[in-house]
Amino acid sequence: MSRLSRQLDLPKLPDALSPVKRFRSLGFPYRSPSTPRGVAPAPVEKSTGAHYDTAWARRMPARMTRAAIIDGPMRLLVSGLAAPDRRGQDRLDSLTGPAIFAANHHSHMDTPLLLTSVPEPWRHKLIVGAAADYFFGTKLTSALSSLVIGAVPIERSKVSRRSADQAAELVTEGWSLLLFPEGGRSPDGWGQPFRGGAAYLAQKTGRPVVPIHLEGTGRILRKGRSLPSPSTTSVTFGRPLTPREDENAARFAARLEAEVAALADEAGSDWYRARLRAHAGDSPGLTGPDSGRWRRAWALGDRSRGAGRRTRRWPEV
Amino acid sequence: MPSDPRNRAPRPGFVLDVDKSTPPILFHHGEQFRLEKLPADRSRVIYPAEPLPGLPDPDESIRQALLNPIDDDPLPTLLTPGMKLTIAFDDISLPLPSMRKPDIRQRIIEQVLDMAAAAGVDDVHLIAALALHRRMTEAELRHALGDRVYDAFAPQGALYNHDAEDPDGMVELGLTKHEEQVTMNKRAAESDLLIYVNLNIVSMDGGWKSTATGLSGYSGIRHHHNVKTMRESKSFMDRHKSELHHSNWRQGEVIKAHGPRIFQIETTINNNTFGYDGPLHVLQKREWEWTARDRATFIGMKKGLDAMPSSARRKIFQGWKAPYELTSVQAGDVDAVHEATLEHCFAQHIVPVEGQTDVLTFGLPYICPYNVNSVMNPILVMCLGLGYFFNMYRGKPLVREGGVLIMSHPTPWEFHPVHHPSYIDFFEQVLSDTTDPIEMEKKYEKQFAEDEWYIHLYRNSYAYHGVHPFYMWYWGASALQHLGRVIIVGGDPRSVRRLGFTPASTMQDALEIASDVVGPSPSITHLHNPPILMADVT
Repeated sequence: MSRLSRQLDLPKLPDALSPVKRFRSLGFPYRSPSTPRGVAPAPVEKSTGAHYDTAWARRMPARMTRAAIIDGPMRLLVSGLAAPDRRGQDRLDSLTGPAIFAANHHSHMDTPLLLTSVPEPWRHKLIVGAAADYFFGTKLTSALSSLVIGAVPIERSKVSRRSADQAAELVTEGWSLLLFPEGGRSPDGWGQPFRGGAAYLAQKTGRPVVPIHLEGTGRILRKGRSLPSPSTTSVTFGRPLTPREDENAARFAARLEAEVAALADEAGSDWYRARLRAHAGDSPGLTGPDSGRWRRAWALGDRSRGAGRRTRRWPEV
Repeated sequence: MPSDPRNRAPRPGFVLDVDKSTPPILFHHGEQFRLEKLPADRSRVIYPAEPLPGLPDPDESIRQALLNPIDDDPLPTLLTPGMKLTIAFDDISLPLPSMRKPDIRQRIIEQVLDMAAAAGVDDVHLIAALALHRRMTEAELRHALGDRVYDAFAPQGALYNHDAEDPDGMVELGLTKHEEQVTMNKRAAESDLLIYVNLNIVSMDGGWKSTATGLSGYSGIRHHHNVKTMRESKSFMDRHKSELHHSNWRQGEVIKAHGPRIFQIETTINNNTFGYDGPLHVLQKREWEWTARDRATFIGMKKGLDAMPSSARRKIFQGWKAPYELTSVQAGDVDAVHEATLEHCFAQHIVPVEGQTDVLTFGLPYICPYNVNSVMNPILVMCLGLGYFFNMYRGKPLVREGGVLIMSHPTPWEFHPVHHPSYIDFFEQVLSDTTDPIEMEKKYEKQFAEDEWYIHLYRNSYAYHGVHPFYMWYWGASALQHLGRVIIVGGDPRSVRRLGFTPASTMQDALEIASDVVGPSPSITHLHNPPILMADVT
């Protein structure tokens, strides 16, 4: 008897008239079988997380829907909230075929911003590497992520070849891939060290990685906030990079991080000064000073521009 | 129907003998077009070569050129910390029309600067080598060099236009063996290394002309931009038979001896002016190969343009960015580099032609080197026709001495008041007095060249130098001396007469008028240009 019927003091139904009890009484094959003792239970096929099958989202009807969303409401949303200043797209002029786009990551705004910034012909054949545990937690979020942003699940909490192999296969099939090698949004406005995923995929597929630096999205919707506030942003595309013959994934990932750091420097100063520092190995790092939280937050004021800019209120002594 | 030119070897230029089955031929007519039926059995049409394939990886080709220069050391070895580096580059007059982004200058200069950054060079200046041309605007500099370079250098005052009238900004390097003065931009002259980034659209450009003219001033330029030199240049598109170039090369010797070390970077582009598809691609096709779609495109375009006011037509055409592709890039020693450049240039442009003609015809397009984002005034019509197109030959002129030139252009009595102020006075004051280049050179040149107001406008506004319209006229001096008559079809009769030419309403009328000079059944040759071609006349 349900709690509600008890509270309402309804008369108890006879078992024969209770639909739940009638269903329970049906048993196998109407109900799932039990596992005999002494037999190992069959592994449960997961259908969410890294196991979610996103193939349907790369078929034509879903692609057309996604293109309409990206070029319609998403573009409007991005222009309204982020007012992006897009630079360096000409650096992709000599790039042909699929590529891996790797950007720093501050905010949930990063993906829509990039989906509307990556130029044609890559924009509409682009998949996004998204955290399996976050975007593919339930069937509903999985379906929405796959449809709206073309997400494919990437394991970030453990070493898994399944998601990497799937991503590599898709790149080989001609899909470009957008990744955030930091593995998650910045917790404090500074970047995090790049993981090796993008570099590994570049080596595995032989496709170049396009470094991208995003600035300003943290002011719109930083980690921990639920409501966005409009600000200005910049998206700077770098020259496509390919792994050198003597370079393993870790070293290539470090070079990629350095390149994004140089792009950050370029966005904050000017191109030639950034190149001078990059060649001298003096580009300001993405990850910020190795110090306490407040000092990191304080130092951040030097880097951010525009709307959310914080400046010291007294001169240095 | 020939297949898509991108999927097959490009066809060379050729000469078509016109017969009764030849369709009407396309004539450019400013921002409009004409289709003219040429008389059968005595006319011929010279068609340009199809675009040569572009380099598959331009950035890598540029890198290789910088690392493996001709007769010079690799660029990175010439760059040292603490040095004074100047990068000069061709101005808005090249290429024509402006090319789609990224411009070749941007591609090269970014790589040069990246090497300079690797070497830790802090003192870098970039100079638009515009000689006596108008200054480039911020938008034009951004288009040529890209936002990255502009934003890195312009705000600090390290990217700017050459100023030939800056009393503190020019230096004298000496005299040539012919007593020609050599002047140069002071910053460039005092640099440890001067890198010149050139873009050759025709064989006249490049070599020592880049620095000896581009970074010079009136006192240096007047030694070769004069009537005598231009008349002795046969033609100035043929570097080894051009007195204009001989004079520049003599000045180059002085620069070599007393000026900065120069690292020359030269490039050539193909003939892909109007693209393989898009609204203008039909202009790049031979008339009998126009498909139904091409014809419909052309008719629609022509009707639309004819119905528009000239300002709207100008805006449309000046907005066109050509999809040129890089066909070669070479760097190093000026002379060696330029010889390689000329070979690449001729490979695209040269069309062998047998014998001269009585009547030469061509249609003038909407653009010449001096009216980018501007108005093609009557003086520039003369310069483009009698200066540039007439001189597109090697060997001997296409038209015989005493022959007739018929060109098609609306030739409006219209001037850009900001870009061409001295042209207005030249047209009103000088041409109403004389069209003889020698006489105007003697009587008026100095007055215009030294006029304080023109100098002020050249330095502070966006005006061509006061002497520039004279040079435009001198550019056509050789043709004026050579030709029996010049006829402009469809031009404003008042402007045409002021130029000293004969107006005609139709091509038939023009041929009728020409018969007074060359007889009743003259041979006719039509130069189907642009895209660019250069006749090798034997």
